[in-house]
Amino acid sequence: MEKDIQFLKDTAKELRKNILKMVCAACSGHPGGALSAAEIITALYYGEMHVDPKNPQDPDRDRFILSKGHTCPVLYSVLAMKGYFPLEELQTLRKINGRLQGHPDMNKTPGVDSTAGSLGNGLSIGIGMALMAKLDKKSYRTYVLLGCGELNEGLIWEAAMAAAKFKIDNLLAIVDYNRLQLDGTNDEVMPLEPLADKWKAFNWNVITIDGHDFNQILGAFRKAGETVNQPTVIIANTVKGKGVSFMENKVDWHGKAPNKEQLETALREIENDI
Amino acid sequence: MQTASMRTAYGEALVEAGRENKNIVVLEADLSKATKTSLFAKAFPERFFNIGIAEQNMMSMAAGFATCGKVPFATALAVFASMRALEQVRTSVCIGNLNVKIGAPYGGLATAENGPTHQCISDINMMRGLPNMTVLAPSDAVSCKACVHWAVKHKGPVYIRILRDGEPVLYEKKEDVNIENGNRLHEGNDMAIICNGFTSHMALQAAEELTKEGMHVTVHDIFCIKPIAADVILDIAQKCKRIITVEEHNIYGGLGSAVAEVISQSRPVPLKIMGVNDYFSDSGSHKDLLERAGLTVENIIRQVKDFVE
Ligand SMILES: Cc1ncc(C[n+]2csc(CCOP(=O)(O)OP(=O)(O)O)c2C)c(N)n1
Repeated sequence: MEKDIQFLKDTAKELRKNILKMVCAACSGHPGGALSAAEIITALYYGEMHVDPKNPQDPDRDRFILSKGHTCPVLYSVLAMKGYFPLEELQTLRKINGRLQGHPDMNKTPGVDSTAGSLGNGLSIGIGMALMAKLDKKSYRTYVLLGCGELNEGLIWEAAMAAAKFKIDNLLAIVDYNRLQLDGTNDEVMPLEPLADKWKAFNWNVITIDGHDFNQILGAFRKAGETVNQPTVIIANTVKGKGVSFMENKVDWHGKAPNKEQLETALREIENDI
Repeated sequence: MQTASMRTAYGEALVEAGRENKNIVVLEADLSKATKTSLFAKAFPERFFNIGIAEQNMMSMAAGFATCGKVPFATALAVFASMRALEQVRTSVCIGNLNVKIGAPYGGLATAENGPTHQCISDINMMRGLPNMTVLAPSDAVSCKACVHWAVKHKGPVYIRILRDGEPVLYEKKEDVNIENGNRLHEGNDMAIICNGFTSHMALQAAEELTKEGMHVTVHDIFCIKPIAADVILDIAQKCKRIITVEEHNIYGGLGSAVAEVISQSRPVPLKIMGVNDYFSDSGSHKDLLERAGLTVENIIRQVKDFVE
């Protein structure tokens, strides 16, 4: 696996550019929460998961569920970069007769392991996959990316209890903790703190990291992999809109596409690490 | 045709109603900018409750508010109001016949590009199946406001399916809108089109085109799908002898079904149901999706002509 940090950083840059280009081409979509997850997704697909773009349905593949499905541009971009489908196809996002739906559709897009879009469902689906790996004596792991606003849903906490009951140690939940949701900050809409304590109280192994630091992300993946008989959640502190100055920490960029000029500025900033 | 935003009309109507009635409270699930409950939040912050992305909690909390004499408007995208919180709507709200109003913007295919998880073509069916529930589906911004004000006066649960932006305006003022019976948009004896929501302006346009060709079609805009105005439907059946229903909903369980239930039991006449033919649609523009479903003026005209005796 390509664990070279510089390589991962360069890949995340490419990923961010693709996200912005595709959302701009679609004239709608959700850039903020896609950008905040760029390092996490890069680390998963280039440094952690065992997947084969040539065989997307391999029964032994690691599974990934983008439970915060609205941020699918980050998933489509990485899948295209990995070779699941041509990069040019990213330009068809949200267009009629395309394979890249506005929210992930497992029957349309190669590499998408679970349909999502209605928030709160992904952790339960992941637990189902992880439990069946145990039943079938398979070694694949399941990864679930959750939004912080998504944690408002009660279903998440039902799943959290179930994962602990069944000692699901072959599933890793990651919270993209960018502290913004749709109407405002978590604190304005529905306060989450103390978040780590909540997961601990649900009997989870909790690892808190900077979600834009590859060393910390990979280190957390390693620790999670070594944990037995207990589910692990990584609370990744991130910045919504990360990498584009005018999008960072701005709730307005939750679900709005950049226009052509904004795209140019954003691409330049990402290229130059501003 | 002049257009106006139905979700903005919803937000404005909440503010108007909130000014007249201090018992009105609004619940929201982290989408106030989209549903326009943000307008109410600004006017009456103390009567606005953002529950976060937790529609089930919101719905049962609304039931609790209603037991204390309040008139809660629980608001979420139609797809989540009707389906995510369906059990709470049934058990917490409908079984107790509580005075909860459900405001459901982005009904039908209006969430277009977001894809099938956000498109809402089953809500009328779900809501119609619940005893005590009144189901409303306005067709423009004016009738949307009329529905909100009507719902405030009505005692008991009401579901209001709202669309999004840019809907053609069909009515001048809300006093013109007859919620219980629906409004006659066009008169004719050759056939009848019974429609609602975004399809009503299409049906009207189709009827106007058909008039030029010498065919005279009744167009009736229905707001209250449950209880549906059976007398009105039966009069139309008697007069026109053939009915086509048009709706931005699955062909099963919506307006077409409601009309079929009435005429089949009292005055059977041939009926054709136009709508989404029982499939989950894709991402695409609203226009693309309507075309795929056959919900266009041209197709309504074609279907009318094909359906002539
Ligand atoms: C059940 C459900 N309710 C509401 C929505 C509408 N919605 C889409 S994204 C979003 C905010 C999500 O915030 P968060 O989980 O923090 O995502 P991020 O900030 O990472 O984009 C909302 C309310 C939805 N998709 N699903």
